[in-house]
This record gives sequence, structure tokens and C-alpha cells, in this order.
Amino acid sequence: MNHVATPAPAADPYSIPLDKIDVSNPALFQLDLAGAYFKRLRKEDPVHYCAESAYGPYWSVTKYADIMHVDTNHQLFSADHAVVLDDVQIQGGPDGQGVGIESFISMDPPRHDEQRKIVTPAVAPANLLRLQKSIRERTIRVVDELPLNEEFDWVDRVSIELTTQMLATLVDFPFEERRKLSKWSDFTSGTPGDGVVSSWEEKNKVLFECGERFTQLYNERKKLPPQPDLISMLAHSPVTESMSPMQFLTNVLLLIVGGNDTTRNTMSGGVLALHRFPKEWEKLKANPALVESLVPETIRWQTPVNYLGRRALCDTELGGKKIRKGDKVAMWYISGNRDEEAIERPDELIVDRKFPRQHLSFGFGVHRCVGNRLAEMQLRILWEEILKRPFKRIEVLAEPKRIYSNVLRGISHMPVKIHA
Amino acid sequence: MPSVTYIEASGTKHTVNVESGTSLMRGALNNGVPGIDGDCGGQAACATCHVYVDPAWLAKTGRAEDEREKTMLEFSNAVQDNSRLACQITMTDALDGIVLRMPEGQF
Repeated sequence: MNHVATPAPAADPYSIPLDKIDVSNPALFQLDLAGAYFKRLRKEDPVHYCAESAYGPYWSVTKYADIMHVDTNHQLFSADHAVVLDDVQIQGGPDGQGVGIESFISMDPPRHDEQRKIVTPAVAPANLLRLQKSIRERTIRVVDELPLNEEFDWVDRVSIELTTQMLATLVDFPFEERRKLSKWSDFTSGTPGDGVVSSWEEKNKVLFECGERFTQLYNERKKLPPQPDLISMLAHSPVTESMSPMQFLTNVLLLIVGGNDTTRNTMSGGVLALHRFPKEWEKLKANPALVESLVPETIRWQTPVNYLGRRALCDTELGGKKIRKGDKVAMWYISGNRDEEAIERPDELIVDRKFPRQHLSFGFGVHRCVGNRLAEMQLRILWEEILKRPFKRIEVLAEPKRIYSNVLRGISHMPVKIHA
Repeated sequence: MPSVTYIEASGTKHTVNVESGTSLMRGALNNGVPGIDGDCGGQAACATCHVYVDPAWLAKTGRAEDEREKTMLEFSNAVQDNSRLACQITMTDALDGIVLRMPEGQF
């Protein structure tokens, strides 16, 4: 059972004075209330200052164009130890001794560039072609084994299973141990009290185990000739040599979370969206070629990363507000992807949307998601295989259970029934 | 209207008309040319409209000079000396007949 905050936040954002709104409360996302709050902020105060929160004061950037501005100006808005609002999580616990966020997502150029470039070839088009066949075979196996006309959990049977299998392939991780990857992923993004992680001690213990396992694999791969898997790429790069053990571990964790949670939740979100917009499912059934636009559209609709953080490097202005040097800034992708001024009928999933690729889910600028093409390929193969089968529809039987996190827009359980 | 020839990595050619003043990324999208995505909408904030300018046309388009374009290309894939982001090239009469090749995948 997931953690549920008490007291629950108000469902109506207009019951709270504008300056008291705090969209960083994870309960808003677990209860799926955040959308109404962002709608109000976009309308009344698109660059919003919250003076008091569990993470201290911070700015919320909620409009598409403003988010694009922050994301693409790394000279003004730094990612260095600022990618989430929670400094305790960045430091790895209250004593600063645990596993924090020291990976390239939390760095600025030029260090960011060096470390990012080590792993880029693993997810570049040439390597994706190599992975495509095995991803399809595994997807076919998982989809073929799904029960028909009876209830099952889509998250566990499809979303987690497929993304952990793929990640095991990408890092060439022992296949039978693959569910450890999803556990490590959950513990990396988790914080105490979220229903997954109970304490910082537990979180750090689990992540240090992950570190030991990957150090072992790293040492093995170092002795072997270079292979196109991520661990081998790290083991054979001179840049890795200069990393501290903590940087190595947190870069591995970044790849695990990046390759796991996001695609997983989009696989679940896509099923939910097509359940809610049955006409779109009919369009897809009639024309499976629409998978091409369905995939980016589900990535926008789900927006698996709610926000990423930055810190202002100097005084600057945004949306008429004065942001001061050192201020924390949250780029709410989930809000930008619902911005009526940038996207037509943004709350709806529209499988034949005209320019579906123009969304914020991958971010823009130097930190743009490095695995975006791999994610799209997995999603495309999954939907192609679903549409080849005589499924009349996939019904979502109850409201999905959402995770207690303001960073990841995660679905932990979603009971479905395939009507065939 | 001046024309542009986009050549996919597979060799398939698409010759289409692109109005002067339009970017070569937008020209591909508006004409349904596959192989150019233009995810950021034309701000050199991603690299999904990466093209190779035919060497014969390079003098007219120029090479990537803008810092932002150069940075995004640096994170891209299979970058060559004649790589550009198509969103940063604006169509003009002088570019009538220009030939652009696409990489095997946008990234």
C-alpha cells in the first residue's frame, strides 16, 4: 500500500490563496490533483513564487515557452546539485553521507558533456537497430502470455516486465537478477515515507548493494574487449577513471531510473489514456500506422517526469518576475505539456495530433533525455504488437494507484481486462 | 516557389517546394518528408532536424556558427563537417535546388 499524506491537500486549488499554493507537495500527484493547481497557476501566475515548502522557497515555471527558456539557458539556470527541489535527496540523506545525485543530470557543461558522451553511443540509432530484434521478441512473448477476459495488473505484467528486460539487455545485466533493477530504480527516486523507502539508512543500504554489484560488473567488463553495453562503455572510458566511486554509482543509477521508470509509466499511461478516450482507440484499430504519432502523444500525455529543477546563476527576469541569483526554479513539464497556448486541447489524448513530437517530456537543451529514441522504440514495438492481436479493447477496471512523488509521475498498480 | 531535395539515409529522394522565409526543418514537416522530426519546433534546442548539406551548397548555407546549434550538434549522432540543424537554415531563392541528406536516425 502506498503512503497517503494526511491531511489530504485540498482538491480545489481556488480554496487556497494564490501565494500559499505549494505544488511541490507529493500528495498532489499521488491523488492526481496537481492538474487543477497548474491550470490555475498558468492562468493567474505562470511564474509563481512559493515562499514556504518542505524544500524551502522555490519558483514554479508552468508555461511551455518559459520552461523552454529555462531549459535551454544553462548559462542562466544551473543544474549543478539542483535537479530536484529536495536538497536532502541531492546530498543522499540528512547527514550527507548516503547516495545522492552526483550524476551528469546534476552537472553543468563541460563536466556534464564529458560524462554524458560516454553513454550516448549505447542509445544512438546504430545501437538501437541492434537492440530492436530482441526487444520485439521479448515484447511478443510478454504480450502473447497476457490473460484474456480476466483481470490482471498491467504495471507488473507489462510495464515493469518489459522495461526491466530491456534495461537488463542495455547494461548486459544477469537476466535472472533483472527485477533488482526495478527495485534499485524505485529506491533511487524514492524518499523515506513514500511507501517504498522507509528510511535514509534503508535507502542507502539498498543503493550501496547496487553499487557493489555494478562495481563487480565494471571490473569484469574492464578485462574484456569493449562491448556495446552501457557498463562496458563506462569500463572502457578514460573519463570514468576520473570519477569518484559515488559519481560512478549515481551515473549507473541515473541510467537505471532513466531507462526504467519513465518508459514504464508511459506504457501504463498510454493504456489509461486510450481507456479514457475510446474513440482514439477505435482510430488506432482502424489505422495501426498511427502508432507513429500515438507514441509521442502518450509520452506527452503521461509526462513521466513532472519537473526538473535548476538554480539561477545570476539575477534574471522571467514572465515579469525577478528571479534572484541562487533561487531554486522548478520547470513543471507536466504543466507545460498541458499549456493551452502551446498545445491544442492539451488534456486529451489525440492519436492523430498534427505535431505530436512537440512536447516537453524529454526536456530541451544540453540535458535533453539521452534515451529518448530507445524509449520511443520500446513503446512503438509494444503498441504495434498489441494492435496486431484481436484485442477488442483494454479496459482499466479501477483508478490506477499513483506513487507518492513530485518528480516522477508514476503508476504503481493498474488493474485491466483485455476484451478479446 | 524554390525547391529542396531531401534524401533519406536509405537513398529515397523527396523533392518539394519550400516557400522563401520558411526554415528547411519546417519545409520537411509541412511536406510530410520523413526523417526530420523537429521536436523543439525550431529553436536549436534539440538535434532532431540534423541534416548533411550537400558540399556543393555549403558555401551558400554556411556551416554551423551559432553556439547553440553547435552545442546541440555536438550531442547528436554521426556528426560530420557539413552537419547543420535544418531549423537554422532559412529558405531563400538563392537556395533553390539545395540538396540535404538525412542521417540514419534523428537523435
